[in-house]
Amino acid sequence: MSDELFSLADQVLADAKPGEAAEIVVERCRDTQVRVYGGQVESLSSAVSEGVGVRVVVDHRQGFAYAGTLDPAAVADALAEARDNAAFATADEHVGLAEPDGVAVPDLALFDPALGTTATERKVQLATDLERAVLAADPRITGLESADYVDSTTESVVASTTGVRSSSRDGVCYVMANVLAERDGETQLGFGFSVGRDPAALDVDLAAADAAERATRMLGATQPRSQRVTIVLDPFVTAQLISIISGTLTGDAVQKGRSLFADRVGDEIGSPSITLVDDPTDIRAFGASQTDGEGLACRRNALIRHGALDHFVHNTLTARRAGTTSTGSAVRGGFKSVPAVGCRAVGLAPGQLDQDQILAEVGDAILVQSVSGLHSGVNPVSGDFSTGAQGVRVVDGQRGEPLREFTIASTLQKMLRDVVAVGSDVEWLPMKASGVTLAVTDVTVSGA
Amino acid sequence: MIDEDVIQATIGTAMRTGGEFAEVFVEDRRSTGAVLDDGRVEDLSSGRDRGAGIRVVVGDTTGFAHTADLTEAGLRQAAEAAAAAAKGGSGGTRVVDLTRQSAPRPNAVRTLPEDVAKATKVELLGRADEAARAQGSEISQVMVRYGDNRRRILVANSDGLLADDDQVRTLFSISCVANGDTGMQTGRESIGRTVGFELFDIYDIEDLARTAARRAITKLQAVPAPSGSMPVVIGKGGGGVLFHEACGHGLEADLVAKKASVFAGRKGEQVASPLVTLVDDGTMAEEWGAYSIDDEGRPAQRNVLIQDGVLTDYMWDHLRARKEGRPSSGNGRRQSYQHLPMVRMTNTYMGNGSDDPAEIIAATDHGVFVAQLGGGQVNTATGDFVFGMTEAYLIEDGKVTSPIRDGNLIGNGPEVLTRIDMLGNDFEMGHPGTCGKDGQGVPVGDGTPTLRVTSLTVGGTAA
Repeated sequence: MSDELFSLADQVLADAKPGEAAEIVVERCRDTQVRVYGGQVESLSSAVSEGVGVRVVVDHRQGFAYAGTLDPAAVADALAEARDNAAFATADEHVGLAEPDGVAVPDLALFDPALGTTATERKVQLATDLERAVLAADPRITGLESADYVDSTTESVVASTTGVRSSSRDGVCYVMANVLAERDGETQLGFGFSVGRDPAALDVDLAAADAAERATRMLGATQPRSQRVTIVLDPFVTAQLISIISGTLTGDAVQKGRSLFADRVGDEIGSPSITLVDDPTDIRAFGASQTDGEGLACRRNALIRHGALDHFVHNTLTARRAGTTSTGSAVRGGFKSVPAVGCRAVGLAPGQLDQDQILAEVGDAILVQSVSGLHSGVNPVSGDFSTGAQGVRVVDGQRGEPLREFTIASTLQKMLRDVVAVGSDVEWLPMKASGVTLAVTDVTVSGA
Repeated sequence: MIDEDVIQATIGTAMRTGGEFAEVFVEDRRSTGAVLDDGRVEDLSSGRDRGAGIRVVVGDTTGFAHTADLTEAGLRQAAEAAAAAAKGGSGGTRVVDLTRQSAPRPNAVRTLPEDVAKATKVELLGRADEAARAQGSEISQVMVRYGDNRRRILVANSDGLLADDDQVRTLFSISCVANGDTGMQTGRESIGRTVGFELFDIYDIEDLARTAARRAITKLQAVPAPSGSMPVVIGKGGGGVLFHEACGHGLEADLVAKKASVFAGRKGEQVASPLVTLVDDGTMAEEWGAYSIDDEGRPAQRNVLIQDGVLTDYMWDHLRARKEGRPSSGNGRRQSYQHLPMVRMTNTYMGNGSDDPAEIIAATDHGVFVAQLGGGQVNTATGDFVFGMTEAYLIEDGKVTSPIRDGNLIGNGPEVLTRIDMLGNDFEMGHPGTCGKDGQGVPVGDGTPTLRVTSLTVGGTAA
């Protein structure tokens, strides 16, 4: 399949001028989305989208352009536009394209052919089954905002005049429900999902049960009083927290003076129980990938070891600026953007205890089951951390009354040091991080 | 962009298998972006997206397909795919007469960004960088972004509607980092309008850069944000985004219809303080969320959602309005031709009150003054929302005092609406925003005068 994409890429590269380095990413996605409501298909969309992104480097100046089509004339325009754009960039000796570095590309089964052969009727059935399962899950479930089946297959190639030539193909599918629960005139919303690389792997009942549980557990919730307490984060919340932390550990943030951990390699920045690794070569991670945004092999990178800052991640540009080599961590938001730096599959090394045991250990706490407004309440430059939260009170190690409309606040620096337990309960989640239960002391809860 | 007879034939194809409604949405979007970071223009990017989205409605089912192939054959194929997805069956051919409609263009563009030399755009970045750094040696990092895009759309449907629009947006932002004994702090300023390059005749780049730098430097002296419930005064402009989240989303007819909104079934009820009049207005000339027609071809409207505290109406797109047997309110929007439209806000604002803003502060014994809010998020079913405070100060004894560190505000939309007890006379629109819903982002505007909420939970770390 990728032959066709490579042949298009080769045609563009053949047009590169002497002294000009060029890179092209060619991408094709096939998506299906089914939304069901009241036992009927509310909307069904199925489409192919494709496009190219062209990067040109001349005299250490970089320009970029994209086209949302594989039409040869539009692709040729993109090359001309990228070349023209390069003329306006600042010359920088470190700017340049990736070159093959000899690291073997891992062989990961990221595409299941079953995804391509599943009939639309089956996909509709999954969404319909999900809606039915949710409505049957609990008498307090009064309706749904959405019950969806979604799948997406992406094929892409990256090729350059500097010798990079790599291809990837991956597919993912999921079912997801947003559910309403009601009791005594109070309505709450919850979600549940199941994700996999093959529709047969989706567990509709599990997704329905999760959605029902999330929607009903908050019925009757109250606002806690403001206090300083130990919080225990559900794996889903921990994953969001470590995603933010991983963003501060990129070469780009460090070199541009935007990382609170710049100049701290080797320092103890967290509790000894913290070991943070980005490993896109682990097939269990939903961010798993064979190659990075510049076509280099993805690899396992340790960021924090036993609390000590070990490594930053790099793409080709930040690696050259740092006098090192790329860690295969170029990420790009599809063909429309130049490669940035970032993690794909971060996770904490699991500890010994599961969530129940951790709750028993901490005794009194607040178990935080979901957070909101992370994008606006956390400043990854200063480290200030404040987010809206929902969860339950924990008394003597037992889960108690539901709590809502409160915030939890600390700083990223302090939270890393205040971790007192890392759970053994690794959950693989459809985001760039996996999660475990995490207990953090001395967090300010702001409520009534 | 496409011949009318081709569009007509495409709609015919879409309707042939029993469609009750079919629509062709064509989009041609060109964008340019330039970033100066760490003193370097790192790259200049440009791109083009062109394609059509076709939807077919049969009963309660919508089939959707999109294509980048705008030839007659490409459109036919997409129309067939959409029709198949909607599972039509009755057959028959229906020819639709298309009537081109015109809507007032709220935004007369004087200088198309594509007619401006790239060197001129890049020069703006350097000027902003220099002005920000000149604010003080504390400024350790500056990122400046320029962006423009021109989006031409054409919408035609089986009701005979044919309409088009040419939407130009220009955006500029500056983000600064200041470094001091207490660590690093950030400050940001952004402007965006549905105008062309004349944006830079309206705004002074250096002034904007100095504002961003000042915000970062000021925050080096910031104290931890307080925690707990307290009066919160929100400055002019900045508060609109709070009402976008706290109640705007809950007034979208699709969420209301599924009872996923706290405002469902409450039309005609007093839902807010009598001081509150909340409007969504897509016709506001040059504002970030303005347009001539929405992405379903309906002219933009000024819609009063809450009048003197009473819920007057929700916002509507074509499908929801059709079900209710009423007209759309011009709120059907989509991120691109690859997306289905849904109910979205445009420019959402709370109108002026009569209080002097200085009086509002003076009348507040202790609390927080928020000069600039960051992004937010809402749970529409409960109305619970959160908001980042990116520039905020303590209010002590009726005076604005120390800057406070970044934190979140948390509250409940319906409750906040009833707790507004003072409303200023200094209305201003806020910053350009992108509203996310169901995975789609669209440009939106917002605004408020200075206002006071009697109690809101501030999520800081100080006791």
